[in-house]
Amino acid sequence: MPTFADISGQRPFSRVAEAQPDRVTMRLLVIEDDRDAADYLVKAFREVGHVADSAADGDDGLTMAAEGQYDVLIVDRMLPKRDGLSLIGALRGKGIGTPALILSALGQVDDRVKGLRAGGDDYLSKPYSFSELLARVEVLARRRVGRSEETVLRVGDLELDRLSHQVRRKDEEISLQPREFRLLEYLMQHAGQVVTRTMLLENVWDYHFDPQTNVIDVHISRLRSKIDKGFSQPLLHTIRGAGYMIRDGAR
Amino acid sequence: MTALGKLFRTTTFKLTLVYLTVFGLFAAFLLGYFALNTRRLITEQITDTVNAEITGLSEQYRQGGIRRLVIVVDARARRPGSSLYLVTTFAGEALAGNVTALPPGTLDNAGWTETVYKRLDEADAADHPEHHALVRVFQLPGGFRLLVGRDLDERERLYNIVLAAGRWSIAIVIVLGLAGGLFVTRRVLRRVDAMTETTRTIMRGDLGGRLPVAGTGDELDRLAENLNVMLERIEALMRGLKEVTDNIAHDLKTPLTRLRNRNEQALRTAKNESEYRAALESTIEESEGLIRTFNALLMIARAESGQARDDMSEFDAAEIARDVGELYEPLADEKGLALKVEADTAAPVIGNRELISQALANLVDNSIKYASTTDGNVAGAAREVVVRALNEGDRILLTVTDCGPGIPERDRDRVVERFVRLEQSRSQPGSGLGLSLAAAVARLHGGELVLADNKPGLKSIIALPQRGPVQISG
Repeated sequence: MPTFADISGQRPFSRVAEAQPDRVTMRLLVIEDDRDAADYLVKAFREVGHVADSAADGDDGLTMAAEGQYDVLIVDRMLPKRDGLSLIGALRGKGIGTPALILSALGQVDDRVKGLRAGGDDYLSKPYSFSELLARVEVLARRRVGRSEETVLRVGDLELDRLSHQVRRKDEEISLQPREFRLLEYLMQHAGQVVTRTMLLENVWDYHFDPQTNVIDVHISRLRSKIDKGFSQPLLHTIRGAGYMIRDGAR
Repeated sequence: MTALGKLFRTTTFKLTLVYLTVFGLFAAFLLGYFALNTRRLITEQITDTVNAEITGLSEQYRQGGIRRLVIVVDARARRPGSSLYLVTTFAGEALAGNVTALPPGTLDNAGWTETVYKRLDEADAADHPEHHALVRVFQLPGGFRLLVGRDLDERERLYNIVLAAGRWSIAIVIVLGLAGGLFVTRRVLRRVDAMTETTRTIMRGDLGGRLPVAGTGDELDRLAENLNVMLERIEALMRGLKEVTDNIAHDLKTPLTRLRNRNEQALRTAKNESEYRAALESTIEESEGLIRTFNALLMIARAESGQARDDMSEFDAAEIARDVGELYEPLADEKGLALKVEADTAAPVIGNRELISQALANLVDNSIKYASTTDGNVAGAAREVVVRALNEGDRILLTVTDCGPGIPERDRDRVVERFVRLEQSRSQPGSGLGLSLAAAVARLHGGELVLADNKPGLKSIIALPQRGPVQISG
């Protein structure tokens, strides 16, 4: 858990940490051959309260990932001795399903598809921002516990019924466009977690490119006006420099 | 390598030698055949005449005895010519004839012999050469021997003439052939040397060089023409690459300079933590912009290299129009524009869904950006952006129309180029790569990006062949 000193601005990622007081500590393994990048990631993850180890090549990475109890693996695609994709393939072959996020300097659509096909759970191209990586890693870790099975999602007094496609707040029915519904559904599935704009674009719109203007912000503000307007307690929060989060602020 | 050595090593010269050998052998064979056959023919003629004479003379002998034979032979032997006669007794004593100095024993064998002899009228002159003759010896009843023959000098002379003619003609064939070969080789070599020289100039970096074309339409000309077309293409590509590099340098250097300046200024002037923090934040923001530009460039490069061709499937372009419209509708609304989608009929097309979505998104983004800058003062213009998906023959069209300032006709080709932004738009955010990417994506699919006048406003059209790009590679 971040201490008060952390939040005061000494550390760069405190803002993200500050937004999530209910953060669960995760055990992470960073498999990356670039020393600087690996050290940076390990340090940054520790700062926001997670436990992180690192491995410098594919073979070490595979051994550590197979033996240690990790929540999420962060795997560089190009590694000495054994490349990232074959490492994930070997892990899956052993029946180890630890979620893996692939980091790659390639970043083209077909590379991403290749990565996911090889058993990766998410894909992020370099250069990335740490807040983006952190948000994705946390979503991956939480996915295992998963709220995706629930038919009714609740955040505070907001309620979303996935079967009847109805959304209510304080028993007041809110009418949403189909896309707005999916946007809210995704946010509520990951309630309490930071969701970045790219994650929304990928998961709600299924686009893997970068629209020149930030169209997502406008969609969010529309959604916000529908669910938060007229209520004293806002649920949909903007996390500066990272993304959005839906959270019951009253808690 | 000397000039001559170079000449001898050319393919043309080697071919000349091969042809020369073949022709020489052929000529030698032909002339040899001719000479031998001529000789055989003459020999046959001689034997025929000699046989006839012997038959005639033995008839004379049968009718008039040796006396009559001697008289006839004597008369015949006195005639000039190459005919040879001799009549001897059993003992070998000559009775009549014009032959002497036969090798001993010649008369003992009846039948044909080739022999040397001397003519009787030359017998005393020791310096006279011996002649060659073909003779037949015939045993007459009563022990007499009759020899009839023909001098072979004529035959040998003719034979030698034919042989000499053969040798000369072969020599001439070889000399002329070599001369011709050298001439042709030098001509070809000169042209190849000229080509090589041009190639060297090009290799030194002057891409403007072109191979000389003689205008004869031969194989070297065809090769030179094709290579010139290739050089043309390479030069165009290099020019394009240079322009792009210049543009990249310009458009990446500007934000990099800004980034550096800000950092330096922060180091110099920032007094407290919050000022440092602000400087760092703006640094991150600036680098984010750089990454975006960079990604867009990579995307264009990828589309232009044709890699994305592997990633194509059939989908409905109308659905893309609806999705992209839906994505941008709130943004348009916020800017006071109405975004409408007219895509009710399915427009199936084969292509890269992701790239086409992005291309259309760029066009919509562009239209919203510029249409919202006008204050709606264009007379009669509805403040709206319309996205349409249409079928047109074997093509599908994705069009975006707006009511903005449009693009003047003279600038329409230019704006599609990378980083080109019209002056009035420099103030707008954006990398200047949106239209370039859309154009690259259209080209990747074998289609085109057309910018037209919407009167007022801009009409941008992505036209794509329904069946996807035609595969060039066989």
